[in-house]
Amino acid sequence: MNKSKYYLGAIAALALLFVGCQQGANNSGKGALSSSAAEKVYVAPGEQDEYYAFLSGGYSGNLTVYGLPSGRMFKEIPVFSQFPTSGYGYSEETKPMLNTSFGFIPWDDAHHPDISQTNGELDGRWIFINGNNTPRIARISLSTFETEEIIEIPNSAGNHSSSFITENTEYVVAGTRFSVPVPQRDMPINEYKSNFKGALSFLSVDPEHGHMDLKFQLLMPGFNYDLSHPGRGKSHGWFFFTTYNTEEANSLMEVNSSQNDKDFIAAINWKMIEEYVNNGGGTKMPTNYAHNIYDEATHTGTTTMKKEVLTVDPLDVPGAVFFLPTPKSPHGCDVDPSGQYIIGNGKLSADLTVHSFDKMIAAINDKKFDGEAYGIPILKFEDVLAGTVKSGGLGPLHTEFDGKGNAYTTFFISSEVVKWELETWEVIDRKPTYYSVGHLMIPGGNSRKPFGKYVVAMNKITKDRYLPTGPEMEHSAQIYDISGEKMELIYDFPTHGEPHYAAGCPAELLAANSKKIYRLDENKHPYAVPNPADARVERKGNEVHIYMSTIRSHFTPDNIEGVKVGDKVYFHITNHEQDFDVPHGFSMIGQNTSELLIMPGQTKTSIWEPKKVGVWPFYCTDFCSALHQEMQGYVRVSPASSNIELSWSLGDD
Amino acid sequence: MKHRIKFLLIVAAAIQLSCGGKEEKKDDSIKIGGAKQEVKKETSPTAAATDEVPASERITLDNKGVGEVKDLPLDPVINQEMVARGAELFKTNCTACHKIDKRFIGPSPTGITKRRSPEWIMNMILDPQLMVAEDRCAKDLLVEFNGAAMANQNLTFDQARDILEYFRTLE
Repeated sequence: MNKSKYYLGAIAALALLFVGCQQGANNSGKGALSSSAAEKVYVAPGEQDEYYAFLSGGYSGNLTVYGLPSGRMFKEIPVFSQFPTSGYGYSEETKPMLNTSFGFIPWDDAHHPDISQTNGELDGRWIFINGNNTPRIARISLSTFETEEIIEIPNSAGNHSSSFITENTEYVVAGTRFSVPVPQRDMPINEYKSNFKGALSFLSVDPEHGHMDLKFQLLMPGFNYDLSHPGRGKSHGWFFFTTYNTEEANSLMEVNSSQNDKDFIAAINWKMIEEYVNNGGGTKMPTNYAHNIYDEATHTGTTTMKKEVLTVDPLDVPGAVFFLPTPKSPHGCDVDPSGQYIIGNGKLSADLTVHSFDKMIAAINDKKFDGEAYGIPILKFEDVLAGTVKSGGLGPLHTEFDGKGNAYTTFFISSEVVKWELETWEVIDRKPTYYSVGHLMIPGGNSRKPFGKYVVAMNKITKDRYLPTGPEMEHSAQIYDISGEKMELIYDFPTHGEPHYAAGCPAELLAANSKKIYRLDENKHPYAVPNPADARVERKGNEVHIYMSTIRSHFTPDNIEGVKVGDKVYFHITNHEQDFDVPHGFSMIGQNTSELLIMPGQTKTSIWEPKKVGVWPFYCTDFCSALHQEMQGYVRVSPASSNIELSWSLGDD
Repeated sequence: MKHRIKFLLIVAAAIQLSCGGKEEKKDDSIKIGGAKQEVKKETSPTAAATDEVPASERITLDNKGVGEVKDLPLDPVINQEMVARGAELFKTNCTACHKIDKRFIGPSPTGITKRRSPEWIMNMILDPQLMVAEDRCAKDLLVEFNGAAMANQNLTFDQARDILEYFRTLE
């Protein structure tokens, strides 16, 4: 922030305080506090935020981009849901992105974004997010801010302990929340116990292009795998998953899954399993899942159906999988920046359980086991316990770290964020949230290098925080300044959908790499119009392909005749602009799909099946210039029996 | 109202199944479409209206325009390699609005080197927004061409220079 403006703001704040004092002593304290909070979140017109924050949209299926500390929303990135605003999931190029083995699915429940890392630090190349309902993992480019890849996860259901990445982005991990028969088959539900499996999937990430490949799937006992995080630093090579429903109940879960005093954190030595697999280990299982990749050069997504998955029985890799007993149906599974501490957020408890990685390794080496579950060794609780945080709160869910030796945990039931110190396990501070906080996020807060200036608390309940908007409201979020000893609530902002976790990073990590245009001379779309002289209309049976170009403010061609009722008309539109932030829109009257928003240098395709004879207009939907209102054209639609030849024109040409 | 009648005529023509439909070609939407009030407000005619010569026909060879290109002496010999590259770039980036044989959305580049300095041409290609804001001739051209602002096609200096070389061949 500009310093002189800062001082001016401070003077103004002092003046306000002075006025406040004169008006009544009671208000002065609050006035001073609120004005300093205002300064902390105020990003003056024309200035930019310090951090990017990517909040998942939950049931919106998408990912939203915010600035911190202002709480301003910059963009909604469509991921698992059709998005008529841009045509994502409607355009011919992006429809394949939503293909699955169940067919085209226009929606999902997007949960846990995670930014790619190198050496345990955020590197800003990609962000991954999981689709929870029809299990999928998406990869989004942090240069185009577009979804580039979606891979379906077979043998999984309620893809919740996902999509967390290892510290060099070797793998993105997807764990099943609901165990299911593997492979799926017709069987009685009440034979769940010992028959269902929990698949934990490890997807390798190509270091150059980011392409994901389902490398192997670990078939674990039929528990619920709730959340996970990678080991880092000393614990790199391990992955940790919380479990609940170790009772293996299949009905009235609310009661029946909460019978055991302790569930487990599953510790998986993925490096060992990787080696086993690389040496030919594992069993290939026939399956069927979709792998959708969007190519930036052709501006087009394609679907490949994969028919096989490599499964691994944990008992075949002795020494790779252990259970750490953890009290009270742990939800969040968080690893501190050093990689030493693994936090189990026992959601039905008041306390947090912290396991020690060193102690875990020692216990494994000494073979100090306390029984086994389906052949998987269970370590002794006391042998791996580093400490317990006696918080006094209720319902701990998630923990993030500030890189200064402190941890911050959300408590859903008691609606608060609690700051506590690693190693002393002492509570330092607690602040209420409004209301019923789920996740929280510190930029880089689950990496080796957190940026511990702000924490964002994402709440499940809004109630009176904003002007009421009927029974349904956007969820509230709060920003706390955590640069001092005590947390300070500095801002309150609405989110979109229901954020289940977020990822943040310093603005400078991404801003400079953010793409401004797609270069026209790099456009490899098969229907691109590289220059307006190539604009044309072709008929192939009842398909009519319109090769169209746009620039401020006309379409080439803008008059088309010879289209007939019953035709399938494809508008392939190339935006010839090469200037930042000059998209053109396209919409056609009576079209049974959404508009298109075409970025500079990009080609997109929209389909129209004319049903009525007439002369039908199309137009640009994005106000592009002073002559935007003139940016339109006509298609003449003749009866199916007509023999009017195809013709097209722009002006006199 | 006028539009509505024309629309009805077109529909009527379509219903009658008249083939060809060439008579509708007179509807040059670019010429007749720009009469909305909001457009007028944004491009209020000022200087151009008082000038006796339209900006497109004015000769302003002394004016170098505004922008990064301050002084650009040209070799008397036209470089044919640059011309070839320039012609290709022009085709891809410019022909949506500029035709070499006639006025279109914008003026024709034919003969432009006899009316404008090399520096002005380069500045107009490289930063049309700045030119329209600060150069009198560019501003007048915008008004003369119905408020159709020239697009910045993000070309490099060398690419713009190739296009300029190509323009030198358009007599």
